[in-house]
Order: sequence, then structure tokens, then C-alpha cells
Amino acid sequence: MPLDFYLNVAAGGLLTGLVYGLAALGLSVIFGVVRIVNFAHGELMVIGMYAAVLAAGSLGIDPLLAAPVVAALLFAVGYGLQRGLINRFIDRPDHMQFILLVGVAMVIVNGLLIAFGPDSQSAQVPYAFDAIEIGPLLLDTTKVYAGVGALAVAALLFLFFRLSLTGKAIRACSDNQLGARVVGLNVERLYALTFGLGAATAGIAGCLMTLLVDVRPQLAPEYTLLSFIIVIVGGLGSMGGALLGGVLIGISEAMAGFLILPSMKSMFSYGLLILVLLLRPQGLLGKRP
Amino acid sequence: MMLTIEGLDLLYGDAQALDDVSLDVPEGAVTAIIGANGAGKTSLIRTVSGILRPARGSIRFEGREIAGLPSHTVCDLGIGQVAEGRQVFPTMTVRENLEMGAVIPRARERAKANLERMLVLFPRLGERLRQAAGTLSGGEQQMLAIGRCLMGEPRVILFDEPSLGLAPAVVQELFRIIKRLRDEGMTIVLVEQNVAASLHLAATAHVLEQGRIVLSGTGPELLDNPKVQEAYLGL
Repeated sequence: MPLDFYLNVAAGGLLTGLVYGLAALGLSVIFGVVRIVNFAHGELMVIGMYAAVLAAGSLGIDPLLAAPVVAALLFAVGYGLQRGLINRFIDRPDHMQFILLVGVAMVIVNGLLIAFGPDSQSAQVPYAFDAIEIGPLLLDTTKVYAGVGALAVAALLFLFFRLSLTGKAIRACSDNQLGARVVGLNVERLYALTFGLGAATAGIAGCLMTLLVDVRPQLAPEYTLLSFIIVIVGGLGSMGGALLGGVLIGISEAMAGFLILPSMKSMFSYGLLILVLLLRPQGLLGKRP
Repeated sequence: MMLTIEGLDLLYGDAQALDDVSLDVPEGAVTAIIGANGAGKTSLIRTVSGILRPARGSIRFEGREIAGLPSHTVCDLGIGQVAEGRQVFPTMTVRENLEMGAVIPRARERAKANLERMLVLFPRLGERLRQAAGTLSGGEQQMLAIGRCLMGEPRVILFDEPSLGLAPAVVQELFRIIKRLRDEGMTIVLVEQNVAASLHLAATAHVLEQGRIVLSGTGPELLDNPKVQEAYLGL
């Protein structure tokens, strides 16, 4: 089989992996700052997917254009969740927080099942069957848009945390919570902002994902788990690590699906996870605790 | 009075960390609070700054009741804090740490000018602006914590064990800085294990034991007090 063929599969996996990475980035930001494990992360992402599918189906809006609106919507959902619910659990033991968020996840999945049923739905875009040629590669237009979109949003997020005062204040909270209170930062509000941002990131990843796959409610727990794997592979708290982990998982899934069996692709994500846990438990770009 | 504390009680579950604490903090002077480990000094600082909520009692700052207000509101009213253990942001640069000191609305507009002022006050921070705060020495981190506090343009500064864990030469420099702030008219509450040095600086001082104030007086009075000499000065 020609080399170009492998390269094409790998490039497709890389582009999909960037979207995975973006979703995981949202999870990583929430955990890094609020120290909450968001068991409802894939669920938030799937809400974003349904919003994009609805916008495309009823209003004919491209998921890429719907993304900013969906981001605003999920920001509000995330902000409200943190302010109204999770802040009350912030000083409670981990397992209580876990159960709370697992509960939120179940409410969302079953709500989506009631609203949309268990069948797959998709967003129709005019360029669904187009391809873009780059050198030896022939890539699906949808994958290129999704991957580049994910990279752009990740870059924006990175700049936000480096340059804006609010972004720096959020980093300060994650660096030293007591220090943040000492300088007069409103930690509860910044936590809510962070959860909102993480949810918005998941929502945008969901919009981009509708270009690649059909949506059904049961995707949600899969994406939650996938985001966990990626964050652990890439390194908790590292933004670059989340993207790198996403890309690695994307490529390994694509190669496994192509070389072995599509139904065995998850095996390779978990295999990668086990390898990283054995050889570099802090994750590829994570710092040693 | 800049700060008036009356009948302050703080509870950790069933344990009483502060028991009916009352004291005044006069403007433009150092008020020292001394006491053994676990006497409630840090609890007092954190209650005044709004990080901990008192069970009872009143804290008036320039006539306004602030007991129970959240820390970000208290900080924005002008109560700055140099916390125990410095509490800098280790992965952020020195410049970013200083910027965080001026996030509160009262000081945000003048952040740039104040940053310049800090670099004159603490030239060593200027040399390390782009360095992560976690890589600074203990003394430099303490200077950063003080600079960060001053960035917020406080009307009163609560110092919590600023000399803890610092080399003797750095401790001297630290006390020079505190003295200079006092001479410039800053109101200071100083919680210190270095009892002799803080009593020399203090206009008034209070001894805290098991959450209660057991002795109050001027700095010189407490320096001459046999009980203080025996228990805290090792004489």
C-alpha cells in the first residue's frame, strides 16, 4: 500500500484529534482551576452538537457559524452550573462532587433522549463531500475546517489566559487560591467564569464535531471518557498537552480503524493511556506533582 | 481609629479560635500582635480580611462595619494583606504577580504607575520581572508579596509573620521596609514571632493567648513587662 495512503489516514486522524483535543482542553481548564472533575463534559459537548444540528436543520446555519452562539449558550450553562450548584460542593469530599456531576450528566443525557430520541441526526453542509488537496494529501473539507477551527479556538484560549487580566486572574486562582483571596480576587466568580469557559469550549468542540459525525445522546459518556483519556495522556493542567493528547488519540484511532478494524479503535486509545500511566504517569507534557 | 474590633469570636467547628477579641488599630502607626503558635494570630488576620467569617462581633474600618463581608470587598475597601507563607503565584511571572495586586477596582487604573513605583522600591524585583515567582528566594518572594500588596493601594496593611523562614540579614531588611512604610504614614498591623523587633516598631501591642487578648499596652510597656520578657523574649 502506498505511503500516501497512510499519510492521508494519519492526517485525517490528526484533524479529528484536534477537535478531541479542544474538548479535552475545556476539561483540563476546569480541573486545573476549579479542581472539579467534570463528569458531564461530554454531555455539554453533545448539547453543543444538538444545538448545531438544530441550527443547521431548521435555520440552515453552518455549524461553524453557529459555534460562537453555541459557545455563548454553553458559557451561560456552565456559569450557572458552577454558581448555582457546584460552588456549594466545592469544600465537600471528592466523591460527593463526583456523584453530583455524574447526576448532572445523567439528567442531560436522558433529557436529550426525551427531546430528540435515540436515533442519529446530522447537520447537512454543502461541502460535506468536498475535498482539499494539499501536496500528496487529499483531505475531507469538513475535517480541515473542524481541525483548523479547533486549533484557532485553542489559540484564542491560550492568548486569553496569557494576555487578558481576567485570564491572568483565573491562572492566579489555580496557582494559589489563598493568594488569590489575599489580593482581593472574587474566587467564586472566577470559578464560575472558568466553568463557563470550559463548557463553552466543549460546546464549540461539539459544533465542530457535527461536521465529522452524526449525533445521538449516547455519544455523551463516550466523549466524557475520551476527554479524560486525552487529558491524562497529555498531562493534567497543560493546555498544549491536551491538544497533543487529542492528536495522538485521533491518529491512533484512525490508524487502528484503517489497519485493523474500526470497532477496535478504542482499544488503542486505552492502550495509549495504559502506556502513559506506566511510563510517564504525569502525562506527556505534565509536570511532576 | 482606623480599625476597631469588638467582641470578635471565631469558631472552627467546636473549637474556638478567637474568644471575645477587642482591639483598636490607630492610624499611621504599627499595632503589634504577639503570641505563641496556635494563639489565634493568623485567625485574627484572616477574619479581619474577610477570608474567615466570625461567629460574633464587630469589625469597623473607618467607621464602616465590615465583619462578614467577603474578602474581595474588604480588600477593595483598602485593607491589604501580606499573608503568612507569602502566598505568591508560583508559576506566574513577577510582573504578573504585581499586576494581580492591582486587580481590585480601587487600584486598577493606576496599576502602571504603581508598578513603576514598586520597581524603585524593590529594585531586585525589577531585575526579575519575567521570572516565575516560584523561582525567587524566600526573601525576594516576601518583597514580592509586599510589593503586590502595595499595588492595591491599601489604607492599612495586615502583616502575618513576614519574617518566618527568612535569613537574618533579610529579616533586617524586612523590618527596615516595615519601618519605612510606617514613617510614610501607613497603618500597619504586625503579627510577628520576632517579638523584640516588632515591639520596637509598635505604638501599641497586644498579647494573644488561646484566642484571647491577655495583655495590651504600648510597645515599650510590653518590652518592659516581665511576663512578656519571660514568655516571648527569652530573658
